[in-house]
Amino acid sequence: MIKKKAMTGAEAAAEAMRQINPEVVAAYPITPQTPIMHKFSQFVAEGDVDTEYINVESEHSAMSACVGASAAGGRVMTATSANGLALMFEIVYIAASSRLPIVMNVVNRALSGPINIHCDHSDTMACRDTSWIQLYSENAEEVYENNLIALKLAEKVNLPVMVCQDGFITSHAVESMKVLDDKTVKDYIGVYKPKYYLLNIDKPITSGPLDFFDYYFEHKRQQIEAMTKVIPEFHKIVKDLSKLLGKDYDVLEEYHLDDAEYVIISLNSTAGTVKHTIDKLRKEGKKVGALKIRMFRPFPLQEVAKWLTGKKSVAVLDRSASFGSVGPVYHEIRSALYETEAKPKVVSYIYGLGGRDINVEHIEKVFEELENGTAKAENYLGVRDENER
Amino acid sequence: MPEGGLIVEAGNSIEFKTGAWASVKPVHDKNKCVNCLKCHFICPEGAISVKDGKIDKFDLDFCKGCGVCAEECPVKAIKMVKK
Amino acid sequence: MIEIKFIGRGGQGGKTAAYLAAEAAFAAGKQVQAFPEFGPEREGAPVFAFTRISDSSIKIHSGVTNPDIVILIDESLCDELDVMAGVKKGSPVIVNAPKISSKLKRKLKGASIHYVDATKIALAHLGRNIPNLAMLGALATVSDLFSLDSLEKAFKKELGHKLKPEVINKNILAMEEAAKQVKE
Repeated sequence: MIKKKAMTGAEAAAEAMRQINPEVVAAYPITPQTPIMHKFSQFVAEGDVDTEYINVESEHSAMSACVGASAAGGRVMTATSANGLALMFEIVYIAASSRLPIVMNVVNRALSGPINIHCDHSDTMACRDTSWIQLYSENAEEVYENNLIALKLAEKVNLPVMVCQDGFITSHAVESMKVLDDKTVKDYIGVYKPKYYLLNIDKPITSGPLDFFDYYFEHKRQQIEAMTKVIPEFHKIVKDLSKLLGKDYDVLEEYHLDDAEYVIISLNSTAGTVKHTIDKLRKEGKKVGALKIRMFRPFPLQEVAKWLTGKKSVAVLDRSASFGSVGPVYHEIRSALYETEAKPKVVSYIYGLGGRDINVEHIEKVFEELENGTAKAENYLGVRDENER
Repeated sequence: MPEGGLIVEAGNSIEFKTGAWASVKPVHDKNKCVNCLKCHFICPEGAISVKDGKIDKFDLDFCKGCGVCAEECPVKAIKMVKK
Repeated sequence: MIEIKFIGRGGQGGKTAAYLAAEAAFAAGKQVQAFPEFGPEREGAPVFAFTRISDSSIKIHSGVTNPDIVILIDESLCDELDVMAGVKKGSPVIVNAPKISSKLKRKLKGASIHYVDATKIALAHLGRNIPNLAMLGALATVSDLFSLDSLEKAFKKELGHKLKPEVINKNILAMEEAAKQVKE
């Protein structure tokens, strides 16, 4: 049964966690993630979940507790943002390397400094090589859906998943959305049965041993190859969810792409603003479209190439910078198109760092620059020039 | 191969002959020994065995020559000598 | 799509008002979005919050630059910031004030001004200057976005578990009184 609700992105994450009912949650508060754990700890206090909630003294400890609990055989979830994610980075890498299916909600926030609590993607983009699967969410409803997908996906491929949403823009905004009833979710996610786990006293194992030049490389190769199984598994997993929620899910979402000549690529909440702008420009007869990236890790190279072949020009919006190189999303898109025959012109726009607003006028400007060919290879959106004050 | 570096067979330390690391070995003086068994319990490799309540053998396949037993022996019944 | 901007000071309930307006419209079957604009979180500092209400799905996620309706919870903010920034000509501005002074009239030039003494109403009913629900009562009268009934339901749903029943009832009374008293 589907229920309509008005919830914030943070509440949507907490609601999914309540329905998943993980065995262990360990987390440390940080803006703008805090409302997720605020809400979830209320569920714990009121006995709505069976979760063992572990209060820890830092994010490094939060992820360490998650690693221990997951290795022990539990379903484990957590949440963080920005500097918290940076502090737990060491254990983020270990969680993935130990092949533990932990699900973490990351509320995207700019990494300091200078210190800033608002949205950009510098935190999760800095984690793109950690071997975590990354799902990005356009709105509160997708936060909810991505949590359900993430849990199943993680347990299928033994890799942890980050479910990302934009700090404040999504986490603190109330939006209309749909949720499933508890029983349906329980049936959908099923029971977690790990093959090996520390609390299985009938079959003792060693987790996290020393691993030098004898086997480390083989274990890394396993991780690289596990990532190649993620997209096919995603397609299997979302089939049932599509039936339950009456919606299609894919690693990419196209918007008016079939006959579009000019395309904008984005992820998280900006994808919604791009769609809104396309609705407006389509009424004026413009052949514009969009590609939204739901899954950034593993990156759907072939799918991107399929959608973009033959387009006139494409603008990639990046809400983070890779200092000394190009924007992380732009980098992937360019790489995806290298082997294609009819390559579109692809340009980069860095925007929205530290929560700088991106509005309809900005998106219109990008489409205009694509259409009249004035876009440079690398551009900024909504930032002062050096000589402006 | 199990994923994530898991070792799924228990009791596998028997495969690692740490005795190869040793440059010195313990020599046990049975006459001095009072069989308090302290060395048996503190040996990090479990290389000192006990039979009928008395110290029996020092397994040189696993003794890494750390000398903890000699250091801790209350009656100085163990001496470390060059291998 | 209607975009509402709430302007108040920290502690006056502007953010809650934006959420409640969304909940009330949602209860009336509309698509909604509501969000605060976070600056430094201090009691007394200017706070903005926004509500979008639409018959079709709301995809946009940018800030609101051209609000259709402005709710000014604290008239003294007129001296500190341009309340009319981006406001379309002739748009309703509902201001918490006992009367429209000539200064207020000047500051809100171009708007269709509505006013209600929400502070007085809040003090009379609650004994505290938390005028947000009174201002929403006035909004229900000025616009046709939601009824007082949906507003009451949204308020009880959102805050019913936090506030005592008598505080809930006092707020409802303040809401109803402001809905009657709002003038153009």
